[in-house]
Amino acid sequence: MPLAAEGATPAPDSPRAPPRCARGPGAWLRANLFANVPSAVATLLLAAALVRVLPAAVRWLVTDAVYSPDYAACRALDYRAACWGFVAQKYRLILFGRYPYADQWRPLAATLLVVVALLVTAHPRSWRRWLWPAWVVILAVFLLLMGGGAFGLSRVEPGLWGGLPLTVLLTLVGMAASIPIGIVLAVGRRSHLPLARAASALYIEMVRGVPLITVLFVASFVFPLLLPMGLRLDVLTRVVLGITFFQAAYMAEVVRGGLQALPRGQYEAAISVGLTWWQAQRKVILPQALTLVIPSFVNSLLSTFMDTSLVTVVSMYDLTGALRLALGDPQWRHFFLEGYLFIAAVYFTSCLAMSRYSAWLEHRLGSWARRPEALRA
Amino acid sequence: MNGPIIEFARVNKWFGKFHVLQDIDLAVGRGERIVVCGPSGSGKSTLIRCINRLEEHQEGRIVVDGVELTEDLRSVERVRREVGMVFQQFNLFPHLRVLENVALAPICVLKLPRKEAEARATQQLARVRIGDQAKKYPGQLSGGQQQRVAIARALCLQPKIMLFDEPTSALDPEMVKEVLDVMLELATQGMTMVVVTHEMGFARSVADRVLFMDQGRIVEQNPPAEFFANPRNERTRDFLAKVLPR
Repeated sequence: MPLAAEGATPAPDSPRAPPRCARGPGAWLRANLFANVPSAVATLLLAAALVRVLPAAVRWLVTDAVYSPDYAACRALDYRAACWGFVAQKYRLILFGRYPYADQWRPLAATLLVVVALLVTAHPRSWRRWLWPAWVVILAVFLLLMGGGAFGLSRVEPGLWGGLPLTVLLTLVGMAASIPIGIVLAVGRRSHLPLARAASALYIEMVRGVPLITVLFVASFVFPLLLPMGLRLDVLTRVVLGITFFQAAYMAEVVRGGLQALPRGQYEAAISVGLTWWQAQRKVILPQALTLVIPSFVNSLLSTFMDTSLVTVVSMYDLTGALRLALGDPQWRHFFLEGYLFIAAVYFTSCLAMSRYSAWLEHRLGSWARRPEALRA
Repeated sequence: MNGPIIEFARVNKWFGKFHVLQDIDLAVGRGERIVVCGPSGSGKSTLIRCINRLEEHQEGRIVVDGVELTEDLRSVERVRREVGMVFQQFNLFPHLRVLENVALAPICVLKLPRKEAEARATQQLARVRIGDQAKKYPGQLSGGQQQRVAIARALCLQPKIMLFDEPTSALDPEMVKEVLDVMLELATQGMTMVVVTHEMGFARSVADRVLFMDQGRIVEQNPPAEFFANPRNERTRDFLAKVLPR
């Protein structure tokens, strides 16, 4: 008995086209918003809510808002609309903290320099040997611009640095310095040498058992007492060291996760062609492990970026801290909502950029990891 | 030198309480081709992994090309240069292109300039007839192609000895032949080979000697004609009855 009716059997050598799939806006709407009754109801409810909320939000945020730093006009609003006048009045204090007002072009230039350098560094095409010395120079210029004391720039104590440049510096140096330490700790924790293993594990568990705020207190108030006489480190250096060594413990576990994911055969294949343990780590194990953990790296990067606001506890004023300084003005202190919305926008834009970049990088570096499994035997 | 190139003398090894190698005595001559077979868990993989010290033996002596394998890292690294290994799971480096996979050891171990190392790698890839895939990543190749790249990688330091640890067991049946053909060619070029495999056809046509292992011991060893026609040990007969087609 034939399985199908004669007429329905296609000619044996005519290739069958895949079933047609519906396209166009109508089909998209049906598939995504009105696929079934519950989803249609949800769509309608949300649309209704948007219609109610959106105009009010636009009025509050944009159309009715006051943009000039005019206190009387802002008071007259009686909170019925946003007073961006506060941000217009105080943006330099928020962005640069207590840095001397007349010299604030210096933190601006320093921050722009680092941001541009980061953008260039972000592309794999610039991952060459010259990148390391270039960054040493960039950091030196950054510190010179901020700190002054040469080339006719007046000296500005690190205690006065604040706002965005401080946030950028703490995040950048904290992250960059903690990754290599984290790699060493992670490799140490998996070493076959008992002493290296115990030391790494002890460090990681101890640091992870302490909140960052405690580390900052210790770095700021206790650590100077422990330094030998005559040796002094300024508060900024101590805080950077604190953040770095704190972050390194978390980095170590991130890297260890990547190392754990590699099959043992990779290491065996590397040493069986005569590579030493170091060469195997450097050429075979770490490049794969680090690519695998890019998402977790970015996780840590974002949380470090935000955690830097904790330095206010040791009287340093990063972006968040500087906003609080600005809100200390009794005239403007009612407009904290606008202030926080402003720095939230700064944080959000930066974090979105970083996370989109990481997704792109993961895609680019990991192309070897995304080949269809079916091709492997 | 006319002595054996690999020598095991009363070698013992345990995994925890499990006695995986028991009093192994073995001498492999230069250019000799040995096939090791036996049921799973009999210690055959461990035996050949001891030759380049991916596993450490606990008692006895192993001497490879005049160098005794000990704790001393330098002697181990010297031996590994002389011994190439091919794994069941290929273990290619997925983040490197095929050419880079093969050129890595010449660059890192022999300190050759990149150009020279890649020329040498290209040569080895041609030898396993896969030169046209040099720019691809391992994940883009079929299993048989990957295993041939792995052979080229193992050959790139021009080793005196090649170890094969079940090189065809992870392959789809239609790819087994292309790998065996490459191994056959190596054998005719006079390479010393120790091969763990269940490919009895290969053993019959290539091996100078077939070893049968069971429960950590070498139970029987003979030239293939004798081994297959006239197995002396009961366990060998059992094993052959199961693996040989009737």
